[in-house]
Amino acid sequence: MIPLSWYIIFAAVLFCIGLYGALARRNALAILMGIELMLNAANVNIVAFWRYGTFAIRGQVFALIVFAVAAAEAAVGLALIISIYRRRTTIAVDEINMLKW
Amino acid sequence: MQPELLTWLIPLPPILAFFLIVLWANRNNRLSHTLAVGAMLLSWGMAMVVFWMAITSDDLGHNPFADSIEWLQTGEKTLNIGVLIDPLGAVSLFFVAWTCLAIFIYSIGYHNYGKQRDPQDRAGLPPKSGGIEPMYARFFAFISLFAFGMLTLVISDNLLLLFIGWEIMGLCSYLLIGFWYGKDSAKRAMIKAFITTRVGDVFMLLGLAYLYSETGTLNFRDILYNEEMLNTLASAPSVIAGLSTAGLIGLLLFMGTIGKSAQWPLHVWLPDAMEGPTPVSAMIHAATMVSAGVYLILRFFPLLTAGWHEGQALTPALTVVAFIGAFTALFAATIAVAQNDVKRVLAYSTISQLGYMVAAVGIGAFVAGAFHLITHAFFKALLFLGSGSVIHGMEHGEHSSGEHVDAKDMFNMGGLRAKMPRTFWTFLIGGFALSGFPVLTAGFWSKDEILADAFSSDHQVVFIVLALAAFLTAFYTMRQITLTFLGKPRTQAAEEAHESVWSMTAPLIILAVFALAAGWVGIPEQFPLLGGMLPNWFHDFVGGTLMGHPHAVPFNAVPLLTSVGVALGGLFLGWLVYRRVPSGAADPLARPLGPLYRLLQNKYYFDEIYDFLFIRPAYWFAETFVYRWLDRGLIDGILHAVGRTALRIGSFLRNAIDLPIVNGFGDAVGEGVKRAGNRFRVIQTGRVQEYLVVGLLFTGLLLSYVIFFQP
Repeated sequence: MIPLSWYIIFAAVLFCIGLYGALARRNALAILMGIELMLNAANVNIVAFWRYGTFAIRGQVFALIVFAVAAAEAAVGLALIISIYRRRTTIAVDEINMLKW
Repeated sequence: MQPELLTWLIPLPPILAFFLIVLWANRNNRLSHTLAVGAMLLSWGMAMVVFWMAITSDDLGHNPFADSIEWLQTGEKTLNIGVLIDPLGAVSLFFVAWTCLAIFIYSIGYHNYGKQRDPQDRAGLPPKSGGIEPMYARFFAFISLFAFGMLTLVISDNLLLLFIGWEIMGLCSYLLIGFWYGKDSAKRAMIKAFITTRVGDVFMLLGLAYLYSETGTLNFRDILYNEEMLNTLASAPSVIAGLSTAGLIGLLLFMGTIGKSAQWPLHVWLPDAMEGPTPVSAMIHAATMVSAGVYLILRFFPLLTAGWHEGQALTPALTVVAFIGAFTALFAATIAVAQNDVKRVLAYSTISQLGYMVAAVGIGAFVAGAFHLITHAFFKALLFLGSGSVIHGMEHGEHSSGEHVDAKDMFNMGGLRAKMPRTFWTFLIGGFALSGFPVLTAGFWSKDEILADAFSSDHQVVFIVLALAAFLTAFYTMRQITLTFLGKPRTQAAEEAHESVWSMTAPLIILAVFALAAGWVGIPEQFPLLGGMLPNWFHDFVGGTLMGHPHAVPFNAVPLLTSVGVALGGLFLGWLVYRRVPSGAADPLARPLGPLYRLLQNKYYFDEIYDFLFIRPAYWFAETFVYRWLDRGLIDGILHAVGRTALRIGSFLRNAIDLPIVNGFGDAVGEGVKRAGNRFRVIQTGRVQEYLVVGLLFTGLLLSYVIFFQP
């Protein structure tokens, strides 16, 4: 059986890729994807801990909730991106600085 | 009905009419005069009932109609107001009610009721071409208020209520003299009248206060029908040496009379008061208001004469009164001789006749004074209304002939006898009454009684002065009648003058009846032939006002013959001199009298003297002294100095403390915050990713801290 640490290392790598994507990409869609990656990295951890621990069904339930949240978040995020695109004809986030003073 | 209650009600209708007209009826001329005349008629009716009750009651002097209520509580004392009808009050009420009623009715015609309003007429100016008076309703409101004042004065039982009525009349006099306020002369006359009478009123108020502080009451009966009180007042010396308290109070009140009844030296306002409409001249300046002054002095006759008995030498107070009265009588009569304005002659004759009454009081002839007061009110109201009718006719003639003449100048008249018969005959009766035409007219009996009193009580100087004045009176009266009515018309306007309407001439006829008949009630019993045919009712009745019933003077032929002589002589001379004055001629007296005539024509320059003595100094005092020196110099100077100092202190506080310290601190705080904000705002880029990087960084730091330094 594959030891737990592999899963955790994998999840960490995945999370870092996602984090990099969320912080460094200019494309809003890519940022959204990065966020998805980070959420899934968390899911990998949750499921791995469930499998190696004695936590009954709770791990899977958590993972399912995260999926649902991720789906909802992706829907809202895409809607926002479309809305911004219609208004400003761009989805490059460094041009979307409306939160400034 | 009880006479007291009825007496209370007498003054009420006119004041109600006044308020109704002022508040509601003033747009409607017919309603206004109906209200005013109706109210006066009501008052007149009640006055007649009260008068009848008074003359039929037993011994009214001892048991007058009197009633009073508490009015003002001032500390421990209470001021009462009330009504009192004693013999003097009753006869005064009689003549006031009659003359007021006549004048009210006359005013309807005088102000051209029933004519169209001339669109050229302006409020505040007399109608130019015989249109209705623009301020018709206002006139009736004013004379209603005036009638209220006079009736209040006559029925009042105390000096305070009398004073209220007195002052209401003063106000009405002011308002009515200046009724045509668009005329400059009327404006000046109204102010002159008001201020001149005010001089007298101030002294009267002093007398009132003095009386109250000495006696604690202002009620006539308590003071004047109370021997003990009068004796106390007469024996107590006053603050001025030589005068008793009674004398001083009497003199102070007499000052009120001098002002109100236009006695010398405060006579100047009355001739100028002729600027008002003629009914006003008749009402105020002949029949009622100026009578109020004499009424006051008659009322306070017991106080003035307290400590004096018939036959004794006059007290100082009485001497003053007698002197002023007699002097005024002669003085005003001389001026009247040289006046050309028909109303001004009458004005001076009024002053002169009032002087007669005052002189009568001064020599202790109470009944004679009261008698002349009443007969004079009738015939003088008649004369004034007659002169108004003449002026009215002349103005009509002036309008229809298109000739511009002074409608009041007697030298522009002449021959009006045929044009205005009703006015002529009534004016003749009034004029003869004023001159004291023997036996027939009322003026003869009253004037004769004063002369007889003066003669028999051995005041020869007063007697001679009054006899001279009577001669002059007859002379200028005949001058007036001759110039106005006899001879030939001297101008086109006089040629085309015509008789006035009935509402003007009917009151003349009523008053003419009184001007004849009012004297018959006071024929002395020892008079040859006539005496004893009628009882000397007036003497018996009015004498009852006093505690000690005055004795009728014994008959003496000297004053009677003097009186008849001067009256007839003056009338004849007047006719002789003026019967043939051609058109455009000067006064026939002007040449023989020379400078004296000019002196008379200018009224002894009293207006000019007063202007120099009082008015200019008053202006100087107000304009130069008070305004320029005191106000502008001293008070404004102090104020400006204070202001400038305050300004300097303020600017120091601002520049040295407020600006650098307080403002500096506040600005520093604000600027600091602003600068800090400027410096730090660059980290807010608005890019979410950068925020997240910062978040990541700090999360990493926190995590490192937890991992590496936490035990």
